[in-house]
Amino acid sequence: MTTARETVLGRIKDALALAPAPDTTVPRAYRTGRTLPDDERLALFTDRLVDYRATVHTCTADRTAQVVAEVLREHGARRIGVPAGLDPRWLDAYDGEVQQDSGDIPAPRLDALDGVLTASAVGCAETGTVFLDGSPDQGRRALSLVPDLHVCVVDLSTVEAGVPEAVARLEPRRPTTLISGPSATSDIELERVEGVHGPRTLAVVIRTDR
Amino acid sequence: MSSTFLGMPATPPRSPYGTGNLRGDRKFPEAAHDELRNEQLRRNLGRATRTIRAKRLDVTGELPDWEALREAGSAIKTDTMNRLPELLEQLEQKVTERGGTVHWARDGVEANEIVTRLVKATGSSDVIKVKSMATQEIGLNEHLESAGITPYETDLAELIVQLAHDKPSHILVPAIHRNRDEIRQIFLKEIPGVDPGLDNVPAHLAAAARAYLREKFMTTKVAVSGANFGIAETGTLAVVESEGNGRMCLTLPDTLITVMGIEKVLPRYRDLEVFLQLLPRSSTGERMNPYTSMWTGVTPGDGPQDFHLVLLDNGRTAALADRIGREALNCIRCSACLNVCPVYERAGGHAYGSTYPGPIGAVLTPQLAGMHAAKDDPNSSLPYASSLCGACFDACPVKIDIPSLLVELRHQNTEQSGTTAEKLAMKAAAAVMKHPKLFTAAQKGAGIGRVIGGRDGRISHLPPPFNGWSESRDTAAPPKQTFRSWLASAEGAATMRAAAGEYEKNRKQQKKEEEEK
Repeated sequence: MTTARETVLGRIKDALALAPAPDTTVPRAYRTGRTLPDDERLALFTDRLVDYRATVHTCTADRTAQVVAEVLREHGARRIGVPAGLDPRWLDAYDGEVQQDSGDIPAPRLDALDGVLTASAVGCAETGTVFLDGSPDQGRRALSLVPDLHVCVVDLSTVEAGVPEAVARLEPRRPTTLISGPSATSDIELERVEGVHGPRTLAVVIRTDR
Repeated sequence: MSSTFLGMPATPPRSPYGTGNLRGDRKFPEAAHDELRNEQLRRNLGRATRTIRAKRLDVTGELPDWEALREAGSAIKTDTMNRLPELLEQLEQKVTERGGTVHWARDGVEANEIVTRLVKATGSSDVIKVKSMATQEIGLNEHLESAGITPYETDLAELIVQLAHDKPSHILVPAIHRNRDEIRQIFLKEIPGVDPGLDNVPAHLAAAARAYLREKFMTTKVAVSGANFGIAETGTLAVVESEGNGRMCLTLPDTLITVMGIEKVLPRYRDLEVFLQLLPRSSTGERMNPYTSMWTGVTPGDGPQDFHLVLLDNGRTAALADRIGREALNCIRCSACLNVCPVYERAGGHAYGSTYPGPIGAVLTPQLAGMHAAKDDPNSSLPYASSLCGACFDACPVKIDIPSLLVELRHQNTEQSGTTAEKLAMKAAAAVMKHPKLFTAAQKGAGIGRVIGGRDGRISHLPPPFNGWSESRDTAAPPKQTFRSWLASAEGAATMRAAAGEYEKNRKQQKKEEEEK
């Protein structure tokens, strides 16, 4: 008996034999390999994040703990989750409760958290996108998804000008999440509403000297 | 046995007749007639498509290399179709290497059976679903329900459609035909335990959906998704979304089943740099959609540990066998063509009778499911659901020449429908037009049309063989006399003399003015 696999592949080969097409080369005349000075990347990234209703805070690396604590306090986050590989010094100024994440914590317990603090892998200035790739300082995907507040630390040196430059930095085998602002829907009369299932608040802390 | 064994390629079959959601029960003009009477629908659609058109133009205009991206997107898709067998085998190998299981489905029936079997194997009687065109196309929800499994749509618009026992009317915004008051009513009636004081503010309606689905996300063990892209080179799958319901479904359950059309494969990971720019800007008119999830097989300790990819044909290979029509397979389901289409804007998505409405639906549906599977097949009317204005071609991020595909399908329809009376009439007209005497005689004969036209000078029902023509448009009654007979009459001669006199007068006046200068 022929398997579905053989049948479908056979059909494709038949189709291509019935209607052969000339080889195609892909023209890549679009912008790639762009670089922008730090101040321009910072300005563009900030502008795009704010446009999609994320809050943005900038600081130097030595003030990370203070800014993180201020942001968490501002949003009333008394209990937060952090990935196991997060730099513990980022929490030095925070006086709330911290739950270090591990794979055996079920999702409903993440739902009981006020927020989550993570690092990030890459940023894209032109689209205001933060990329998480599941590295130890970013944690498993559920952690940055279930709590209602996501505070994300982004180093300016990881922020690329455009999409091609950012995609080039990704490691394909890692589970990767692209985040551009808080969760949103335009399903009701195309009116944008922030906050459906993902975190309703996204706060980005950009470290300008890292 | 595969036909390639015999060295004689066979035309691949369409999606089996009577399965899935690729055929309406009425022809487009008939269905559109009813939809056009729905003023609420037209108001909702008009407002929504106007908004999204403006947003799309803003963000595509922002990119100086938009046209270069379209060129690249188009070429990547064409290259993909040319190399489909090797790319699918590569995708299968990579997904398998990373701990996933790949299944192949000849058609929707087979895909439904595979998914149902996989869900049953988990012991779960519920599944949460990410909005997916492929599973809508094959009628997966209906099939799951018949097997005692409850599917929960988690995209807000899909939820609205599901709760209202309705059908999606737009690729991206399936409930575009509903306004906030209608949605409030649906929620009040269908969501268990909803606050009876719920008002019609979109943010409050979205919050009600969040509360309702939260518990489902936390407890359901199986999710079913579609895929926007599948990367052959790495085995990576991508889902592009806004609300976070996609992330929930792709992350929290133990088992994930992804149903992907075979045309959704892309050769290289790098190709994402093109499509992650083309898709969101064309689709929602955003620089980037809020969330995109990408995963490669199974990642220990993160997300579903049991991952299945179902590769679906369901007529796609039949489309691929058409040299011109295969271009429709390049579609990335952005829905930009719907939003710019004057026909879609007025008729709405339901009139097309298929999961795929609008301009792309009018070319994709007949290719996947055929146009002559039954007598008076409703799909045979789809290539005519267009004024061929070309706005869809201009908006398409992968440059699908939809108007040319529509014309090709019209041609195929005429060829396939055999020696119809209309065809004979067209041949007769060609013969008559070649001979001036016959033409004059025929024009005299056409004067009879005035009698049929009645007082408003419109003919809404032509007799056979022209009834096909008048099904979707009124025909202006022929004039009292032809231009040529008018010119030869006393009235014509007098008008021409008067015009000549006017011309002479103007010329003299002009000359006088020039001399004065």
